[in-house]
Amino acid sequence: MFGLLTLDAVPLDVPIVMGTLAVVALIGLAVVAALTYYRKWSYLWTEWLTSVDHKKIGVMYIFVAMIMLLRGFADAIMMRGQLAMAEGANHGFLPPEHYDQIFTAHGVIMIIFMAMPFMVGLMNIAVPLQIGARDVAFPFLNSLSFWLFVAGAILVNVSLGVGEFARTGWVAYPPLSELGYSPGVGVDYYIWALQLSGLGTLLTGVNFLVTVLKMRTPGMKLMQMPIFTWTCTFTNILIVASFPILTATLALLSLDRYLDMHFFTNELGGNAMMYINLFWAWGHPEVYILILPAFGVFSEVISTFTGKRLFGYTSMVWATAAITILGFVVWLHHFFTMGSGANVNAFFGVATMIISVPTGVKLFNWLFTIFRGRLHFTTPVLWTLGFMVTFTVGGMTGVLLAVPGADYVLHNSLFLIAHFHNTIIGGAVFGYLAGFTFWFPKAFGFKLDERLGKCAFWCWITGFFVAFMPLYVLGFMGMTRRLNHYDNPLWHPYLIVAFFGAVLIFCGIAFQIAQILVSIKNRDALRDHTGDPWGGRTLEWSTSSPPPFYNFAQLPTVHAIDAFHEMKENDTAYLRPARYSPIHMPKNTAAGLIIGLVGAVFGFAMVWHIWWLAGLTFIAMVATFVVRSYNQDVDYYVQPDEIERIENQRFPHDSAHTNNRAQTSAKHAQQLAQEV
Amino acid sequence: MKTEQYLGYLKRLSWLPLLMLGGCKMTLLDPKGQVGVDEKSLIITATLLMLIVVIPVIVMTLAFAWKYRASNTKATYKPNWAHSTPIELVVWLVPCAIVAVLGTITWTTTHELDPYRPLDSDVKPIVIQAVSLDWKWLFIYPEQGIATVNEIAFPTDTPVSFQITSQNAMNSFFIPQLGSQIYSMAGMQTKLHLIANHEGSFDGLSANFSGDGFSDMKFKAIATSQKGFDAWVSKVKAAPTQLDQNNYPQLVKPSEKAPVQYFAAVSPTLYHSILMQYMHGPSTLLDGNQAEAGMNSKQPMQMPMNASIKE
Amino acid sequence: MSTAILDSQHDADSAHEHDHGHDSGDMTVFGFWLYLMTDCILFASVFATYAVLVNHTAGGPSGKDIFELPYVLVETALLLVSSCTYGMAMLAAHKADKGKTIAWLFLTFLCGLGFIGMEINEFHHLIAEGFGPNRSAFLSSFFTLVGMHGLHVTAGLVWMVVMMAQVYTRGLTPQNTTRLSCLSLFWHFLDIVWICVFTVVYLMGVAQ
Repeated sequence: MFGLLTLDAVPLDVPIVMGTLAVVALIGLAVVAALTYYRKWSYLWTEWLTSVDHKKIGVMYIFVAMIMLLRGFADAIMMRGQLAMAEGANHGFLPPEHYDQIFTAHGVIMIIFMAMPFMVGLMNIAVPLQIGARDVAFPFLNSLSFWLFVAGAILVNVSLGVGEFARTGWVAYPPLSELGYSPGVGVDYYIWALQLSGLGTLLTGVNFLVTVLKMRTPGMKLMQMPIFTWTCTFTNILIVASFPILTATLALLSLDRYLDMHFFTNELGGNAMMYINLFWAWGHPEVYILILPAFGVFSEVISTFTGKRLFGYTSMVWATAAITILGFVVWLHHFFTMGSGANVNAFFGVATMIISVPTGVKLFNWLFTIFRGRLHFTTPVLWTLGFMVTFTVGGMTGVLLAVPGADYVLHNSLFLIAHFHNTIIGGAVFGYLAGFTFWFPKAFGFKLDERLGKCAFWCWITGFFVAFMPLYVLGFMGMTRRLNHYDNPLWHPYLIVAFFGAVLIFCGIAFQIAQILVSIKNRDALRDHTGDPWGGRTLEWSTSSPPPFYNFAQLPTVHAIDAFHEMKENDTAYLRPARYSPIHMPKNTAAGLIIGLVGAVFGFAMVWHIWWLAGLTFIAMVATFVVRSYNQDVDYYVQPDEIERIENQRFPHDSAHTNNRAQTSAKHAQQLAQEV
Repeated sequence: MKTEQYLGYLKRLSWLPLLMLGGCKMTLLDPKGQVGVDEKSLIITATLLMLIVVIPVIVMTLAFAWKYRASNTKATYKPNWAHSTPIELVVWLVPCAIVAVLGTITWTTTHELDPYRPLDSDVKPIVIQAVSLDWKWLFIYPEQGIATVNEIAFPTDTPVSFQITSQNAMNSFFIPQLGSQIYSMAGMQTKLHLIANHEGSFDGLSANFSGDGFSDMKFKAIATSQKGFDAWVSKVKAAPTQLDQNNYPQLVKPSEKAPVQYFAAVSPTLYHSILMQYMHGPSTLLDGNQAEAGMNSKQPMQMPMNASIKE
Repeated sequence: MSTAILDSQHDADSAHEHDHGHDSGDMTVFGFWLYLMTDCILFASVFATYAVLVNHTAGGPSGKDIFELPYVLVETALLLVSSCTYGMAMLAAHKADKGKTIAWLFLTFLCGLGFIGMEINEFHHLIAEGFGPNRSAFLSSFFTLVGMHGLHVTAGLVWMVVMMAQVYTRGLTPQNTTRLSCLSLFWHFLDIVWICVFTVVYLMGVAQ
């Protein structure tokens, strides 16, 4: 009846897990109680859960990403705590069978369930606004993507309380991940969580490519798109080209595990090396999927806060294109030590180095954007400068690892761990946090507290260096990754230092939570009335904060890069048309939510081999689609008087608004200038 | 945790800055064999080369940010300046030039340091076959006819030719102080050539996660004089047990922190049987059905991209 | 499995129209075309896997031992004919001839069903003879590659049933025409993939 599932699957005897579950249950109860008490259920349902508005979906993505950041960080600090203790006879507080799940979960969560949704969330909030669109190409599909991602996230978290997570490392290399060596359900949780969220990501990629190619506002040429939109577009190209490989690879692994096939097994001609090749054929582009939008954020931030056009826009676009293409021909550098020939290794090594050229160009372009500008040291700028320093180091160690001769001794060491955290934290995460602070006022209508934001930044960056520089050293001392305990006393002090670094990063996260809470409390003081809190240059700043659900009452016409900046220069910003035309908008739908949640149950049923439930939920998912395809009541027109009413709230003094807005904006720029 | 323990940590922390500065205990920067020495110098060269770009970028970041801060109204402000062909040329060409140099170095060193390339030496290499088991290392000396668990010895200044495979999960065979590592994979063989130029007992380990007992999957690699090596071989040969297809399954059983074991003699076909055991279904070696394993004349499986088998 | 999901949702999305001069049907078809490109990569990965494992027969049969070309040729013919009949359905749809559209779709459906039936029969025979996907890496990749195509065709058949019902109840609305265009792309795409499967798996397998 319940497949492999029995009551024993709940680890009642593991205090860490049960404690966590108790806390989660308490928080869950508190949330449910609060929603009921304040009668917010229907608000939550109509305004958020069933919304197809890209801005709200973006906010939900980032909300889930932040929760998963906490989960992933809890794993991280447990790992650092374990290694700070487990020297010599002391084996720490985490036995291998638990510890192995933790480092696997940490990797999977941070990449797939923290970084990816954070990036997709920013993309959702900013890209349609930047290209002057009213929504994405397929709004329902967008909602579905989000809920499929949530389904994956639910599975990962359920694995904490019911059964186990994979103990294989986040790459789940066979034969270790095959049934013979991982007989538990951990790898199955891994497979289905990644499959569901991966499908969501793939759909997002398709959706945003169509959006960017087909829905740009009149006049906007490709080479006039804001740079963040460009980097997201390349990211979407990478998603569309690489995620199917992941889907295929995981499908083959599941066939091995479920139907006794022999793709990657030791027996009967299976070939584990093929998995490793396929995995990284997705995995390496994935790295660029994460980092490119962050590069876009930095470009926006730097040019906005220097009050200057981005240096070398064309160069920047081509550099991104070069990275996109080269990103597909370097996957083998993840396993130089597999015994490929010298020619093969050398080819992939050199190809990897070549990527550092366009990346270097980007750094120089940011530098020369600052050059002859007026740099305001706001929080997003601090994140950007912190990134430029940190990422340069990470890039250098990356190129070093790309030299096969060096990789032969540094591979799989803590040097490698330090390197990729150096690029992912110092690159992607800093970028997302910069973007979060930058676009927060656009999404919510008020700015974030600057002082706490800066505290968060300083904790994060010092925490990062304290946590990861020792790991570089440990790599040189011959310490490999994924060790549960060790008996080399020389490593111990470095690992203690690294633990304190993690604590500092925790302070950074705490400051960030405090920043959000304090800002919500002081929202009236931090309110952005102009829609343009930073003196922005691109179209998202031309509408109100938060934008009306239709984004633009009248679609802007674009003639240049930095379209909104140009409008402000020409005094054509904030013009109101004499008359509004009706706007065509999609209606909310619960179909995405239903399919996503049923998908989570489907994944759970597959993990536990509950075949009847898997079949039932699969049919339910398909049926929901079919039923929805019959529904023709999916859209409506917003009428001009309604638009008029909404726009009047933004422009209270109807006739004088143009001057007022322009003055406010100018005043604001001055304020910014005085701040520093 | 006890207060004493905390104090202990603090004591250790007190000499930490010294470590940071000295760096003398860095295994990889203190190689004991030619391969490791070459790799160390490669790391240093590559790092220095990259610092040519890295240092200016970091300095420029901080300097530009400071000079062009908004409050410094004396600095030039050109809000529409966004293109300069000379700068664009420099920022594209300088990294290109460095990558060209580094790429050339990479190409040559990758060939020189290829783990499969036999080392240039007048001394005849010694062959050691290494098999990763859950979670220990089995070593077979085909020429000496002996086998050990978790310990190897070899004479200094003699190239060591490792033939590496795995019983089950993928591991990575690594002796940090001697240089390169290489994966061990079931059903196929990888190769590694190392040499020790100094005597000593070096830590060896698996550098690729392979399951619960992975952390203790360590061995000792003893580099000694020819005399010392001969003595070591005699010591192994004096051991009471032998290893063959019959008691191999016993050894394969997963164990953690396995002690060093010596086998006075080893079946000459054992390594081959290990390599070929999966050719026709579930391990023939572990089922006790050896008729097929290793004795079959069929070619070993073809390696499409990476490792290869040569008998 | 995922295909069925993708199909119907692209389907559902065609309901949205958008402003600023873009024809919504045009956008849906473009989006669907992009999705097909991702599907193409999915197939490419499995094709690559097959190419790597084709000789890993582990003592089991090779393609030469088990493939029956005449049988597969009939399968192929069915699928190719179904592409033609689908083309006729589209022509009828453009002429706004509801009855003929449904009739041609039904014919296409029958051909597709015949194809799937024959494939299941082939699989059944192989498994009964002991040459199931668990026999060797080669057979795993053979069953997976051919089976994945078969699952796509099955998804296409389900979609076709839904389309026949929708055309029947609602007629050839612009929305339905867009959906028919997407299904048309999908169906011809599967035809092309099958030609690759036929060449790489069956013809080359027997020629070895």
